[in-house]
Amino acid sequence: MIMHNLLSITIWTPIVIGILILFIKNQSCIRWCAFFGALIGTIFSGLIFTKFNSTIPDLQFVEHVPWIPSLHISYSLAIDGISMPFLFLNNFITLLVIIGSTKVIKHKVALYNSMFLVMTGFISGTFCAMDMMLFYVFFEAMLIPMYLIIGIWGSSNRVYAAIKFFLYTLMGSLLMLIAIIYLYNKSGYSFNIFSYYQLPLGFTPQILIFIAFFFAFAVKVPMWPVHTWLPDAHPEAPTGGSMVLAAITLKIGGYGFFRFILPIVPDAARAMSPIMITLSLIAIIYIGLVAIVQKDMKKLVAYSSISHMGFVTLSCFMYLNNNLNVWAMEGAMVQMISHGFVSAAMFMCIGVMYDRIHSRNIVDYGGVAAKMPIFATFFLIFSMANAGLPGTSGFVGEFMVIMGAVQVNIIYGALAGLTLIIGAGYTLWMYKRTIFGNITNPHVNAMKDLNYNEFAVLLLLLIGVIGMGVYPELFVHKMQTGVENIIALAARSKLGI
Amino acid sequence: MTGISIYLTIILAPLITSITTGIFGVKLGKTFSHSFTILGVLIATICSYIVLYQVQIEHHVYNGALYTWLTVGTQTISVGILIDTLTSIMLVVVTSVSLMVHIYTIGYMAHEEGYERFFSYISLFTFMMIMLVTSNNFVQLFFGWEGVGLVSYLLIGFYYKKESAIFANLKAFLINRIGDLGFLLGIALVFMYCGSLYYTDVFAKLHTIRFDILFGTNWNIITVMCILLFIGAMGKSAQFPLHVWLPDSMEGPTPISALIHAATMVTAGIFMVARLSPMYNLSETALSVIIYAGGINCFFLGILGIIQNDIKRVVAYSTLSQLGYMTVALGCGAYSVAIFHLMTHAFFKGLLFLAAGSVIVAMHHEQDMRKMGGLAKYMPVTYITMLIGSLAVVGIPPFAGFFSKDMILSSAVIAYHNHIPGASFAVFTTYASIFITALYSFRLLFMTFHGKERFLDESHHHNHEDNKHHASHKPRESPFVITLPLVLMAIPSIIVGGLCLIGFVTGKFVFGSVFNVSWIVNGFKEEAPSAIEMIKESVIHLPLYIGLSGLLVAYIFYKNPNISNKFVQSIKPIYNILDKKYYMDDLYIKVLMPCGRILGKFLWNIGDIFIIDGLLVNGSANLINRYSKILRKIQNGFINSYAIFMIFGVIIMLTFCTNLIFG
Repeated sequence: MIMHNLLSITIWTPIVIGILILFIKNQSCIRWCAFFGALIGTIFSGLIFTKFNSTIPDLQFVEHVPWIPSLHISYSLAIDGISMPFLFLNNFITLLVIIGSTKVIKHKVALYNSMFLVMTGFISGTFCAMDMMLFYVFFEAMLIPMYLIIGIWGSSNRVYAAIKFFLYTLMGSLLMLIAIIYLYNKSGYSFNIFSYYQLPLGFTPQILIFIAFFFAFAVKVPMWPVHTWLPDAHPEAPTGGSMVLAAITLKIGGYGFFRFILPIVPDAARAMSPIMITLSLIAIIYIGLVAIVQKDMKKLVAYSSISHMGFVTLSCFMYLNNNLNVWAMEGAMVQMISHGFVSAAMFMCIGVMYDRIHSRNIVDYGGVAAKMPIFATFFLIFSMANAGLPGTSGFVGEFMVIMGAVQVNIIYGALAGLTLIIGAGYTLWMYKRTIFGNITNPHVNAMKDLNYNEFAVLLLLLIGVIGMGVYPELFVHKMQTGVENIIALAARSKLGI
Repeated sequence: MTGISIYLTIILAPLITSITTGIFGVKLGKTFSHSFTILGVLIATICSYIVLYQVQIEHHVYNGALYTWLTVGTQTISVGILIDTLTSIMLVVVTSVSLMVHIYTIGYMAHEEGYERFFSYISLFTFMMIMLVTSNNFVQLFFGWEGVGLVSYLLIGFYYKKESAIFANLKAFLINRIGDLGFLLGIALVFMYCGSLYYTDVFAKLHTIRFDILFGTNWNIITVMCILLFIGAMGKSAQFPLHVWLPDSMEGPTPISALIHAATMVTAGIFMVARLSPMYNLSETALSVIIYAGGINCFFLGILGIIQNDIKRVVAYSTLSQLGYMTVALGCGAYSVAIFHLMTHAFFKGLLFLAAGSVIVAMHHEQDMRKMGGLAKYMPVTYITMLIGSLAVVGIPPFAGFFSKDMILSSAVIAYHNHIPGASFAVFTTYASIFITALYSFRLLFMTFHGKERFLDESHHHNHEDNKHHASHKPRESPFVITLPLVLMAIPSIIVGGLCLIGFVTGKFVFGSVFNVSWIVNGFKEEAPSAIEMIKESVIHLPLYIGLSGLLVAYIFYKNPNISNKFVQSIKPIYNILDKKYYMDDLYIKVLMPCGRILGKFLWNIGDIFIIDGLLVNGSANLINRYSKILRKIQNGFINSYAIFMIFGVIIMLTFCTNLIFG
């Protein structure tokens, strides 16, 4: 029984526990329950990770129950190589957020933990849903907890940021809803995503559907020029919110490109690829330069996230003789998982500093290394990962994408490769100004090194970052057939069918 | 122990000791930290010598995979080990120098904060360097390449409270990243055209793509690959114009200047080109580029050493110049000679830095040579070892540098006779640099160890304290842990050149891994000299006299400071350019960096804040806001105005409908 419903259990256990803890009064009891809720999710998604058969491209752990039969909407869940790693990442990061928030969040504890558990369930659902309507429901539902997290536990300008975040993403998803309805009608009233893969579509409808889906996912990624919600949302969000936002929410955008855009409208994707490549390269270079001059650490890392996600969108459009490049596509997946670990770690590190002197401004720091040597070491490793140092996960994705891009056109490779310099520039310059140097701010003198919770979170992230850098094959071989499947689907033309 | 287990021991011993010391060092104490890391490096060193024996005498080479790192499509990249003649030599050089530096550090860093951390770093560096030289594929090479860069970053910024140090380490990392971009693109091209990232597969494939051109251009693909990879080497091996980080790297503690910025890491680029010699042999264009790069380094950066007053910076510019020599050898296709000079240089330049460090310890961390002088009688061991190092770097027979440098000169001449573009430039620069080398080396010796004891004036000026305290300020010879490595490094600085000469000239020591260009192979066949013959012949050859004249000039300038002052006055414009280091630092710091920042600010303020957020996002919100305000005025809640609107509406609709029906 359990084995057949693993996905449902992974999705709904955190949600149910998340709702139940709202009725608990005792704070430590809330925290323990939330911890176990997240732990159960992580264990089950880990179980799925190990049980997942990477040799077959088929969907696995399939669950199918009619939901609204009159509209052909069903509750159908399944995963394949391109969604399974995210399922694990999502539950893992939420676990870390809940561990990390223990000593920090003192106000509305139950609601805070509950929101994260509910959100993680919805996000898991987004990755598992194989019914378009179910996907859409999860996709929209996960906005609500994040909206509340930013709006309630955020900093001074939180209301502006929360509304901007909400409207931006809503605009994209409403366009997607139109496309979904079109596809529903066209496919003979089916909401099954895989029936859309086989659906013949003319060129103009493909372009229109492309644009609709593109807005939904480009906002999530976020791609230049629809990225400006992210640098506003991150600084206002609490540490946990930023971690989930950067580590997972952005990945739904990349996942959308893989799951919907490339297989459903392959011809349009090919036709649009020059524009997409341009936008991605702008994201990598322009945003990288913008990141250099940021004064707010969280904004800096937010811009760095956009720049790193540029690699993902770039590699989704690396066509060589009408075929997507396998290096770039697998690199995009690796980049997303890696960025999940690294960006979560970066925001956690900034959160650690913020909790001590309540400032996100780089100038308020300097000389932290003398007071927090253990933290400085962690932060250094994560900064290096953010700068793409070999041996960390940050390198693997960038390396694979650059390898793929050069095969398509060496100019793309060279431009994307500029991130080697720019990325190292903004990350290490920030590191230099915050961690090294003399202590100028008296508050820094009072900073204490990591507590056990923070240490545990950073250590777990470190294992992820280094593990994936030293042995990426562990992740890559799980996703390989899934990615190859998408490449095969994207290589077709739907015009002739 | 044989085969794979011994190789793994060499690789893992420094890593394990580094991690252990890094985590538990502070708890377990200083003695534990240094003895444990030294044990690790000692094991690696002993094993390296065993491997050297196995490879050179028993001809036991190894090339195998450890585990699969990544699979993409049908391609697999594994972490692997390649043990051949070149690797065996590099292993010995790296571990020997590293061992000496570990021992030396006990003395040098004795009273410094972060003692344990330092040992952890240098062991980590040793591990990274070993990964670099034992790699059998490009990706692992890049891992080691960036790994040594990371540790270099950490160690230059070891005194993390010092603004100049943390500026220098960021600079070093970023400038290296420029090179790494070229390197990474080179790797990508190699993969694209050769379909593999293993050296052996790539070399086997090269002949089939020999005349291919890069897609969309008319450039030979191998030339493009070679030059891109060489850009990487330019970063790591500090070739003009990516050299600017090396002099600043002297902000780090002296032991690491010896280990990283003289003996090992900066020669990684030289190693890489030698390792890829089958590829470079196919592109004369790339070789010419390398010759020019080397010649510029050798001469123009060497000159800067003459006007430095910081003892470590003199040695740093000397390193740039010597790296230029190695690069010239590479460009001439004499890769084995470059490796030969790499090896001798590792010992004598490591020695020079360690001796300079010994002086710095004695002078209580004063590095300005103008405040030294007359130290010879206080520090005899340091003096003699530094003298040996200087004689070696100038290339006075029979010191190690003589042989390797003379072979580079011969290579340049052979290349010149074979009409290789750039060879004439190389011949000029390499010969002229001997003079410069002698000049700055002996200027350093004279200023530091001879003449007036200027440090005494200094303490008179600054410390008006009692004589008892004053006496303790007299420089003393450094402790045994410092002098022992000096002596142990001085020995190879004397003998290693003569011993290894034949092995390198004939290519026997790097047989099967490094392939000299045909003209060099033929050239050296005709005149393969023995060590004794070379020493005899040197008396009638030009280089010795160039060196001696440099020494003489240094002596004259030292004896008569007026002459040198007048000379400087007479070439004031040139001196100013040299003083500004050809304005290269200004180019990076005053032009490129502000440009990046200004561009970033512009894009942020204009692009993000003004256009996207201001006009589009919030602009559309404002637009809606404005029009909704107008519409709101209609809905004012007064029943009579609603009635008027209703009447108008009904009239309009009626007209419309009547027109539709009757019209």
